[in-house]
Order: sequence, then structure tokens, then C-alpha cells
Amino acid sequence: MTTKDSNPQAGPEDGPGPEKESGAEVQAADVALDTAGGTLEPSLVPVSTQSGDTGHQQGPVLRRIVMGNGFVSVLAVFVALVLGGILIASTDPAVARTAGYFFARPSDFLSALWSAMTRSYVALFQGSVFNPRQGFSPLLETMTVATPLICAGLGVALAFRAGLFNIGAQGQIIISATLGAYAGFAWHLPLVLHLLVVIVMGVIGGAAWGAVVGLLKARTGAHEVIVTIMLNYVALFLLDFLLNTEAFRRPGDVSPISPRLDDSAVYPQLIPGSRLHLGFLVAVALTAGVWWLLNRSTIGFEFRAVGANPAAARTAGVNVQAATILVMAAAGALAGFGGIAQVAGTEKVLTGGVAAQIGFDSITVALLGRSTPWGTFFAGLLFGAFRAGAVQMQIQTGTPIDIVLVVQSLIVLFIAAPPLIRSIFGLNPGRKKRAKTAVKAAVATGGAK
Amino acid sequence: MTTATKPASGAAGPTTAVRPSLKVPASLGVLSLVALVFFGFLGPAKTAEMKVSEQGDAIALPALQIPGQAGGIVLAILLLAMAAYSIYLWNQGERSPKWLPIAFAVVFVFALLVWIVAGAREPSISLAGLIAGSVTLAVPLVFGSLSGVLCERVGVVNIAIEGQLLGGAFTAALVATVTHNAYVGLLAAAAAGALVSMVLAVFSIKYLVNQIIVGVVLNVLVSGLTGFLFGTVMAPDKELFNTPARLDILPIPFLSDIPIIGPILFEQSVAGYLMYVAVAVVWVGLFKTRWGLRVRAVGEHPQAADTLGINVNATRFWNVTLGGAIAGIGGAIFTLVTIDSFTKEISGGRGFIALAALIFGRWNPIGAFLASLLFGFAYNLQSILGIIGTPVPSQFMAMLPYLVTIFAVAGLVGRSRPPAASGIPYVKG
Repeated sequence: MTTKDSNPQAGPEDGPGPEKESGAEVQAADVALDTAGGTLEPSLVPVSTQSGDTGHQQGPVLRRIVMGNGFVSVLAVFVALVLGGILIASTDPAVARTAGYFFARPSDFLSALWSAMTRSYVALFQGSVFNPRQGFSPLLETMTVATPLICAGLGVALAFRAGLFNIGAQGQIIISATLGAYAGFAWHLPLVLHLLVVIVMGVIGGAAWGAVVGLLKARTGAHEVIVTIMLNYVALFLLDFLLNTEAFRRPGDVSPISPRLDDSAVYPQLIPGSRLHLGFLVAVALTAGVWWLLNRSTIGFEFRAVGANPAAARTAGVNVQAATILVMAAAGALAGFGGIAQVAGTEKVLTGGVAAQIGFDSITVALLGRSTPWGTFFAGLLFGAFRAGAVQMQIQTGTPIDIVLVVQSLIVLFIAAPPLIRSIFGLNPGRKKRAKTAVKAAVATGGAK
Repeated sequence: MTTATKPASGAAGPTTAVRPSLKVPASLGVLSLVALVFFGFLGPAKTAEMKVSEQGDAIALPALQIPGQAGGIVLAILLLAMAAYSIYLWNQGERSPKWLPIAFAVVFVFALLVWIVAGAREPSISLAGLIAGSVTLAVPLVFGSLSGVLCERVGVVNIAIEGQLLGGAFTAALVATVTHNAYVGLLAAAAAGALVSMVLAVFSIKYLVNQIIVGVVLNVLVSGLTGFLFGTVMAPDKELFNTPARLDILPIPFLSDIPIIGPILFEQSVAGYLMYVAVAVVWVGLFKTRWGLRVRAVGEHPQAADTLGINVNATRFWNVTLGGAIAGIGGAIFTLVTIDSFTKEISGGRGFIALAALIFGRWNPIGAFLASLLFGFAYNLQSILGIIGTPVPSQFMAMLPYLVTIFAVAGLVGRSRPPAASGIPYVKG
């Protein structure tokens, strides 16, 4: 889908066309700030999303809203949903049938198109927020599904802010879920203590799995992206191995599934009749905690300084190596809370698929949330809604769950490229006139460079 | 390897007697001691049998009989000798030659194989089958890592190899089924891979989005797209959309009967032969042609390249596109050669292994090829271990490529250095 949209603009030789003019200039300024004119590696978080003004967001209030990142995010979600709808409609049999006699009765085609596009999304909404039968109880399921996404997303976002790309949330979740679950079913402790032990075990596991990455990065310069990807697989195979040992299997059972966690080891239910558990409130607290850490604490300031410019941070006296290790450990610990939310909240058993796609989804959650704690929180809720609603959507309309992946990735792609979104909607104020003259000039010179 | 290590010595400064890094000699020494203790002294008592030629081969050779413990000790001594040579060279202030770590790796893997087979329930394997199977499994990895080499050499990090493989696999299955022609499917796979790459190129070059982010997101996007289309188009009507024509194996007469070498070099599908051609062409292209010099210049120092009149972003765009096409062909292997239809997530993380092979091969086509073979060998060994029954759990064998990669990027097996401008967008001026 995206390929089709972006290809016409793809030719690198096309002259300074209208699009190029509009997008690249603003962003080039950002990148120049980001990379100190190309000498540094680009920060993973665009400067425009870090605190402070980068200079191009001035002007009247209305323009600032329209040019602002929040508005672009909303538009990005909208465009992604429309593209997803087109994809759904393109494979819909009714649409294909009516397209056959489009010129005879276009209204048939259009109504089939509309119903194909909306039917799936209505089912998605009913499965995730509200439907007439169950009222708002699907919303509770959304919050349940969102809990691990928020925790792990916070971990990814925190690492982003320190300039580190943590793809390892998946592995960190697996390790923490494994350790937490083991403490949950193998040890039998008193009521409150047991849950605390489970949480501590899991968080330590996740933190250790993350700290390894930070250590390797700080000591040897190993790229964290590669190390985290590899550690994800190592964790996956480790879990697979453990689930085939006596210690983790149910007694007398050969299938790779652990015993149920003790009742004393799981998060208490918040609302009877739903799966929503205390882990959600923990996620809210963690969001507030990360906000405080990043915006109010010295160490958070150091993290951000390292992320913005490691060389300058080092000159200013920040121990960059220690900050790298610490931030990865913290990121792992946050992902660890996600793993605990899975085993001690939602699933209550340990299986090979305990982490599902959460670790990978959390990357898109952090990107959508622009690496701010509350942004990540709401992005986590949105993606939780997608996940929860997609199950209902598949049951009701037969639309495969995979459409959620398409929509999610399109959202992130568009959000990462605000100039693209602005040009789709013609929202590049003050540049329209110049764009027109540029087109005229291009026509006059026959499109030559 | 050459490009990775030389600049390091240059950077050491003008002082003459600078010793090369101790990392290679030291790691070889440690590994050979490990081999002596585990494969030698603690080696299994049984005799490992390795069949060299298949039944019905024109030239039949007797099977190798290697006693577990004695064989382990002999091989470990060989390893020790190589490590000693490396340490001797280091002591003389010289660098270990390129072939030494490779030869060491080959002997070490063979010693590991003897140790595993002799310790198994059924101490007998077909060496020929093992090697041929490894090459078959390595083919998509080689294509994927070549794609990575082309992209990273020009300064664009390609995390989207997985997506390119998956896109290629899906398109190949669909087109080869609809047209009843596997070769058209192969071409379509290349186009699909190139398309994925173009998105990567547009977003990272034009919109200056972080390349790693685009790569990660593209993997998700392709996974979602292929999964969705599989569910709505392919699965309901398998006959019509998901029974691709196959790429036949084309053995070369006589040559394919040579034991061990025959099956891997002369009994391949078109895509398999294409792999050898691609490795050679990319290597010659990158290191022996003007085009390659330009590409590497853009990847190492885009500003200098621009000053000399090279269009940096155009070079990047077309290189990344070419890389995607190559990875797309690699993806076609899954559906046109290995398996006879498309299933969801058919590439199963091989794109990330290809990325690992590229790093382990130090951004060199031949290095990436050898590393892919090693990972293909690990994959194949893993499945064979399950059959012959060994004390080593197969999950740990499965972890091996990933752990090896972590060691490689951490520089414990020698420094690996990516092209200098890899991952950094180029803004003129």
C-alpha cells in the first residue's frame, strides 16, 4: 500500500518538486541539529519531540496546532485506518462483484465499498470499546490487553530518550515472565509477600537481560539493535528449553505448559466479570514514575543528555557508560513489569507464547507515543484496543487479525514522516505559493534538474 | 575482514612498533583449550561414523570412522597449533593472516561435530547430506546478507531484510501459481523485494526517518500484509493462488556425482546457481569496479563523495533497491524450492540471521557467504541432532548462531566495523 503511495515521489533525481521543498527543509534543519551536521549518528528520537523549541514551530496558535505533532499523529492514525479499509475492501467479494458492473450501477459498488470498509472497523470498535449488548465492558478487556503493552512501551521509550534502540523488549518480557512464573508456581508463600516476590523476581530478570545489552554497548560498542535482536531469540529458545524440563512442566504432563500460578501470586482482579487486574494500576503508576524520572530527576536529565548528544554529555561530566547500562537495566525492568502483567495477571500460566507479539508491538507503541511517558500510555491503550477488538472483528466479519499489524505499522510510518502527512493534507503553510512557482519552473524547464 | 581491520592499525598513530590486537590470538587460544578439555579429555568413547558418499553415487568412498576421544585430542592439538601460530605472530608484531580464523573455525566445527556424533545414541551421520542440507538452508541467508551488504556499504542500515524475504516468498508463491511459471515467480519476488526496499529508501533518504525505525516497521508491515492477504486470498482458494510451480533441481552431468562437492556446487536449482553468481558479482562489483568504489565512498564519507560529483542520495536509492531485489530472490527460495506453498511467517526470522551473517562476515560479500553457510550448518545440525539423539538439547544448538553473533559484534572475535556513514542520513550543505 505504502509503496504505491510513495513511489511516485521516490525518484531521487526528481528536481526540487513541491513535496521535496515542503518536507525536507523543515526536517533537514532537525536532522542537522540531531546529527551535528552529519558527524554524529542520528538520535533515535527526533529533536522535535524532545523538550525545547527547534525554531520552526512558531507562529499563530492555529498554525502551531496544525503543524504540531499531536495533530499530525491524529491525521496519521486516520490515514492509516483509511488505507487499511481500502485493503479490506480490495479483498472483499461483494466489492469485487459490484466492481464488475461498476459503470452500469456505480451506487452498488460504492455502497459495497463503504460497507466493507466500515463493517470491520465497527466490529473492531464493538470489540474494544462499546457495544449495545455488553455496554462498556469491552473497554475493560482493552485495558487488560494494553497493560503489558504500556509497561514494555515505557521501557522502549525510556531507552529511546537515552538514544538507545531497545528492540529487546520481547526477550526481556520472556525472561521476566519465566522467572516470575517460576516463583509463582514453585514457591508457596503468604498472601501479599508472594506477589511481591513474583514481581521482584520478574523485574530483576528483565533488568538483567536489559543490562547485558547496556554493558556490551558501553564496554565494547556492540550495537544494541543487533544484540537485542539476538537476545530475543536466545530468550525464546531458553524458554522453550525450560518448558521441556521437569521443573517447569505440569506433573505428569508432556505438553510445554507450566502449572497455574498460586492464587497468592497473581494480581487481584479489579472488576468482577472482567480480566482487568491490578497490573493496570501498576502500569499507570509506572507511567507517572517514568514521567517524574525523565522530567524531574537528575538521572533522567542525564539520560536525556546522553540521548541528545553523548559527546556533550561526557564533556559536561555525565558518566555515559554508567548511564547506558543503567538506562538499559531500567528499560528491561519496565518490560519486566509487562512480563509479570502477562503471567501474574492475564494468562496466569507460562507458555511458549507468553510474550506473544507484545515486545514488538511495544516498539510501535513507544514510537506512536513519541517516547513521552503519557504519549506511550495512550498509544498503548490504542494498540490494546486494536488487539482486543481484532479478535471480535475476526469472529464477526472474518477479516484476519493481521490487518491490525498493517494499520499499526502504517501509523508509525506516517508519524515518523510528518512532512508526508502534511503534504497529503496540503498542510504546509506558507509554502504553497512557492510550491506552485516551483512546479511552474519545473514545467518551464521541461522537468530538467 | 581486510577493510575492517586495516584502518584500526592506521588509526594507531605514527609510532612504529604498535602491536596488533591480542583479541584474535587470545580467543583462538581459549577456544582451542576448551576443545582440548571437552572434545579431547572429556570426549565420548564411541566411534563416530560419517558417511561421505551416498548410495548410488558414481564414485563411492568408504565412510569415515573417527574414534571420539582420540579424534578429539588430535583435532584439539591441531587447533592448539593454529592458536600458537597466531600468538607467535602477535609476539612478532604481526597480524594473523585472514585464512587462520576461517581454518580454525572449520576445524573447530568438525571437532564439535565428532564430539556430538560420537556422543549420540546413534553415532552415525551422512556427512554429504549434512553439508548439502546446510547449503540448501543457507541459500536464503546468503541472498539476504548480500542485500544487507549492498545497503550498508552505501550507508543505509537494512533491518528490513526479514520483510524483503517474506515479501519475496509471498509474491513468488502467488505469481508462480497464477502464471504457472516459476521463473516469472522468481522475477516477481525480486520486484517485491525491491518494492519493500524502495519504501525503506524513500523514508530514510527523502523523509530522513531513522533507518532502523523504518526497517523495524517495514518488517511488521510486510508481515501484516502477507498475513492478511494469505488469510483472505490464498487460504480460501489454495488451488488457484497457492500451489506455485517449482524451480527444478538442474544437476550438471558427471560433476554432480563428485562426493560432497558435487551436490553443493553442481546439483542446485537455478536460484542456487544464481547464489554463487551473485556472491561473485557483488564482490567483484564492490571491490574491483568504479561503481563499487563510488558505492563504498558514499557509505564511508558521503560528503567527500558528493564533492567529487557523485549523487549521494541517488546512489543510495538505487543500491538499496538492488539489495531489496536480491533479498526478494532469496525469499522466493522458500516457496519455489524448499517448501511447496506459502504459509504465514514462512521466513521465520531468517532475515535477522542474515543480518547477523552480514555482521559476522564483516560487511564483505564473501565473508557474509561463509557466515551464512555456518549458520545454515547450525540450522541443519539442529534438526539432525533431534534425529540421532544427543545429550545437547537442540534449543542450545538453535541459540548458537545468535550467541556467536553477539560475540562477533562485541568484538570478542576480532573487531567488526561497519561502514562509517552507515545509518546516517545525508543532508547536502
